[in-house]
Amino acid sequence: MKKKSKSIFQGGLGQLTIPVIAIALLVLFNLIRDPSFFSIGITHNNDGNAVLAGNLISIVNSASELAVLAMGMTLVTAACGGQDISVGAAAAIAGSTFVKVLKSGGSISGLTVLAAFLMACVVAMLFGTFNGTLVAVFKIQPMIATLILYTCGRSIAYWINGGATPTVSSPILTGIGSFIPGIPIPTPVIIVVVVAVIFRLVFHFTSLELFTQSVGINGSAARLNGINVTGIKLLSFIILGLCVAVAGCIGVCRLGLINHETLLLDVEMDTILAVAIGGNSLGGGKFRISGSIIGAYVIQMLTITLYAMKVSSTDVKAYKAIVIIILVVIGSPVVKSRFEKMMRQRQERKVPVTAKGAK
Amino acid sequence: MAMQESNLLEMRHINKFFPGVKALSNVDFTLRKGEIHALMGENGAGKSTLIKVLTGVYQSDGGEITVDGKNVAIRSPQDAQNNGISTVYQEITLCPNLTVAENMFIGRERGPFVRQKDYKKRAAELLGELGIPARGTQQLGDCSLAVQQMVAIARAVDMKCRVLVLDEPTSSLDDKEVNVLFNLMRDLKSRGVGIIFVTHFLEQVYAVCDRITVLRNGELVGEYLTEELPQVKLVAKMIGKDLEELKSLGEVEEKKSDIKEIFYEAKDLSSSEARPFDFNIHKGEVNGFTGLLGSGRSESVRAVFGADKVTGGQVQVNGKNVRITKPIDAMKNGIGYLAEDRKRDGIIADLSVRENIILAAQVMKGFFRPISRSEAEAFADEYIKVLNIKTASRETPVGSLSGGNQQKVILARWLLTHPNYLILDEPTRGIDVGTKLEIQKLVLKLAEDGVAVTFISSEIEEMLRTCSRLIVMRDRNIVGELTGADLNEAQIMKTIAGGEAANEKEV
Repeated sequence: MKKKSKSIFQGGLGQLTIPVIAIALLVLFNLIRDPSFFSIGITHNNDGNAVLAGNLISIVNSASELAVLAMGMTLVTAACGGQDISVGAAAAIAGSTFVKVLKSGGSISGLTVLAAFLMACVVAMLFGTFNGTLVAVFKIQPMIATLILYTCGRSIAYWINGGATPTVSSPILTGIGSFIPGIPIPTPVIIVVVVAVIFRLVFHFTSLELFTQSVGINGSAARLNGINVTGIKLLSFIILGLCVAVAGCIGVCRLGLINHETLLLDVEMDTILAVAIGGNSLGGGKFRISGSIIGAYVIQMLTITLYAMKVSSTDVKAYKAIVIIILVVIGSPVVKSRFEKMMRQRQERKVPVTAKGAK
Repeated sequence: MAMQESNLLEMRHINKFFPGVKALSNVDFTLRKGEIHALMGENGAGKSTLIKVLTGVYQSDGGEITVDGKNVAIRSPQDAQNNGISTVYQEITLCPNLTVAENMFIGRERGPFVRQKDYKKRAAELLGELGIPARGTQQLGDCSLAVQQMVAIARAVDMKCRVLVLDEPTSSLDDKEVNVLFNLMRDLKSRGVGIIFVTHFLEQVYAVCDRITVLRNGELVGEYLTEELPQVKLVAKMIGKDLEELKSLGEVEEKKSDIKEIFYEAKDLSSSEARPFDFNIHKGEVNGFTGLLGSGRSESVRAVFGADKVTGGQVQVNGKNVRITKPIDAMKNGIGYLAEDRKRDGIIADLSVRENIILAAQVMKGFFRPISRSEAEAFADEYIKVLNIKTASRETPVGSLSGGNQQKVILARWLLTHPNYLILDEPTRGIDVGTKLEIQKLVLKLAEDGVAVTFISSEIEEMLRTCSRLIVMRDRNIVGELTGADLNEAQIMKTIAGGEAANEKEV
């Protein structure tokens, strides 16, 4: 145990230190509180499939939309030094588009689902381009720029389906929203893994990571090195648009209906929080997508832990706030540098001893 | 008087560590009353760190500081101020949109009420007393850099400072302004203020300083009386090498200006910042742009690179017409540009040395063809070795390197793109003698290999040593072009000033 903590502190994880410690603390807390919290069983759902069930599964499952959005948000944060607060509203638009296309045909086949998803992607990317243009071309602060869509997004979603909240049902949609027959893992979890892998591949096969960080840290220098700063910022919003479409569609598939007022309501703040808990600077620059994913799970685990402790849903937010304050303070530069200094002094005290030993 | 010799400030056994580096190791420093004391050393020698420990920006990891014989703990800039230690940094840290008087008193209000009237009166007194040519009601941003610098000093003086730290105050001043500043320093000295003067200009040290303390690699080399330490010896102490290398560079090699092919030619090139001008450069040629600050020399080369909005003109590269409107166009035509302001336009501070080195090459290679990690590591290692970059590792964030080493990283970045034409705008500003020499040598070597180089420097000797052709600018126009026998300081001065020489050569 001691050995492990040492490797964490000595730069092995760096930016991921805080989110990993947060997860570890939550796990430890739950272990002491009630070890059965972690029990994972196999049950049969309504369709008669054998599926995994338990608190851990529902944590990972229900954090899926948040995790997908957090990945996109990380990129926008890194490139623009600001956040998109319209992701919830944009997801409602994407979800409405998704349902609109599904409803327009007769029966729902695999092809119509794919077409509906692609349409949702296109629409979400268009709105991403809108946000991105305001930020990258007109140099409006991201939060102000995206406030526009935040305000009017759910109204747009309302118009798409003529104010109704239509339901859609199909085994395919249930498959996406909960379980695919024969696979015991919730499909949204698999989608998160797929999206994360796609991000990894994009970073591997393009210079997106290096360019985004350069733009976020020093836009002026990036421009003088030939990087298209406007393009990179715009691209980050378009990629976030894709994430929004994915999250919106998962949300619709879960419920089998679109409610433009409640779909992913207030998700933007949790998304930003996930990025922050993941150790990413909200001022832009260096980032780690993996941190944001862990951040998303930290938030969800916290929520479900509180529910498991029978905290009422109105009180949950207040308790969440307390834990988050603690996490953010621990992750602040002031505490970090104090801690690093402490570790170094401890090391130095050890050095003379070994030096003597060598003589 | 005996008081004269008393020690105002003593720093003993100061240690400071950064991750992976020992920035200061057992350093002593002593400042006496009414003394101007130069703190000298190469980049990375620990000057800035020592200053920052003294001013509370950093906290030392060992050692003690006494002011007037009393032990003091300096944990924040506020502590330093309370102990009578004030600092004026190289970059002016005042608010340009406030008035001179407001700047002098900002953050020092006693109680919640601002007494504008008192401030204006006090400011006027102080400005008059110190002979600073500014009015209290003037906006600070409208004053020249030198005056802004002096206002910062006046602010420090009014805070009853006993120790005044001047961290490279002269790097953006011209000669006249420097002299005014020196007079102010001498005046303060006669009032018993101890001044720590950090600079890279050796002549300035000999002009005003009483004593010199030299640091090297985070260690104290020694403290000397200025008159007992000739300039050559000082340099030797700073770089810790024999003087052979220095001498070899002192001999001005005969610079060949045999006409080779023209690599780059511009006609009527203009940008949002630069007036139309004609310019060309040959392969293997080193030319320079010279002129006073604001004469348009940087703006001109920025236009060549497409760094500002290009508004007109024809450009030929290798005899072919090309359009260069943004940096990437220039880079694709084999042009590299090391910007004047290293911090603002050069380094990506939080990224590693490796990432900073490959950046421009990566941009040229293309978004969809990333340089692999192992390749990048090989490039980084190669240039760290070739340019002798002092860094804990290739993964160290470049922002934690010293100024000279940061500059080398940016040089490496451009060298890695294998440019045919490299523009270096003030590559040696604010860096130490040793690195300066290395960069000058590198420029000459590049030219030998057929690379065209434009070299801009505020130090004329440096330009004379490296350039075979000098373009002289005044008031944003090219006023002369000097080659061969005309390449001497007197002729340059004449041309800048607009004497006969300028008329003869006018384009």
